[in-house]
Amino acid sequence: MAVKLASVSGRHRPVVVANATEGEPLSAKDKTLVISAPHLILDGAALVAEAVGATEVIVCLERSATTATAALQAALAERLGADGVDARVVGTPSQFVAGEETALVHWLNGGEAKPTMVPPRPFERGVRGRPTLVHNVETLAHLALIARFGADWFRGIGTAEDPGTRLLTVSGGVTTSGVFEVASGLLLRDALDTAGLAAGPFPPVLIGGYFGTWLDPRQVAAARLDLASMRAIGASPGCGVVWALPNGVCGLAESARVLRWYADQSAGQCGPCVNGLPAIADAFGALVTGQRSAEAAAYLRRLLPMVTGRGACRHPDGSVRFATSALRTFAGEVDLHVRNGPCPASRQPAVLPTPRGGGWR
Amino acid sequence: MTMRLTVDWINCKAHGLCYELFPERIRPDDWGYPIIDDRPIPTELEAMARRAADACPTLALLVRMEKSTGP
Repeated sequence: MAVKLASVSGRHRPVVVANATEGEPLSAKDKTLVISAPHLILDGAALVAEAVGATEVIVCLERSATTATAALQAALAERLGADGVDARVVGTPSQFVAGEETALVHWLNGGEAKPTMVPPRPFERGVRGRPTLVHNVETLAHLALIARFGADWFRGIGTAEDPGTRLLTVSGGVTTSGVFEVASGLLLRDALDTAGLAAGPFPPVLIGGYFGTWLDPRQVAAARLDLASMRAIGASPGCGVVWALPNGVCGLAESARVLRWYADQSAGQCGPCVNGLPAIADAFGALVTGQRSAEAAAYLRRLLPMVTGRGACRHPDGSVRFATSALRTFAGEVDLHVRNGPCPASRQPAVLPTPRGGGWR
Repeated sequence: MTMRLTVDWINCKAHGLCYELFPERIRPDDWGYPIIDDRPIPTELEAMARRAADACPTLALLVRMEKSTGP
């Protein structure tokens, strides 16, 4: 955040964008934060604006998030313009990639909510050509709390490298789905326990949402919810989604459906994404049927590296990470599907949500 | 300064001239889009890299000059 702030400071009239678009289908933490503590977000945005000399704050939420939007607008009205900035709330299209910062800026400038090539990055050239800072609303809330209670207070919880708390949206095979604020560095198993994971062997867990990583049960038992610990196992807390695979649900079939959704959610701009994501989804489809599985697995080994890092945004990289971790986590299921055909669970209706996009304007 | 090639993925339409003109560092993927060798381009190949970039019909092959970061 300090790097972002320094990059626009002193430049002419930067714009601050508070990002609560939350396009991750399993995530609810931004909407929850906006509804429960809208002033904290606006405090944080006002502090950033003051720090960089911005006079304009734009808070972005998905158009469909009507309750959160109303909460924010009510809070904004209560402030009576005391922040000395022109602040407004805008409703964005419901698309997975619409919240990516270049997509957001492109949309705010009247274009489609699709990513653009960088450079220029938004902090160089953003809304109406002005240097633009895009921050997630959880970051802004943290900033407001640090300003109020001090850095030592903030560092009083969490790890040295990754202090403070983070918001998790825990769901799936737990009794108490919801948004939890936890200390950074907490054991994942403790977070799952708090949300009411049934006793017994750990299930595979999807961490960080669809843009995240599948963890196998052994990883779930040991993982901690801070950046360094997650990085060590090739994952990230990301948006804070924790989804425990429920009993009796086929993780391979669920993953195949999410990968098809990934292909459908492509902005359709870059060749490797347009061609590669449907190919990944097709190959996973073959793994679910158990037919031509060896060919599909061999193709994926060649295909996945071919898609990575080759687009305007990280959408294809997200698909590859999801697919790679699914292959590792559900290797046993792949074998079982080869031997016995698709399992009965894989023929059940989808459990993971795969919402259709709501247009690009 | 070292030279690197990057692709503007939104503008690239897989015309394929780049890997015809500069196969030393560019090869096609399964769909005809360029796969760029990310290593810095040695001085003796710089002219070929520029030629490939200039030939791209959508100007999607970009030449970047970067400060050398040591060996």
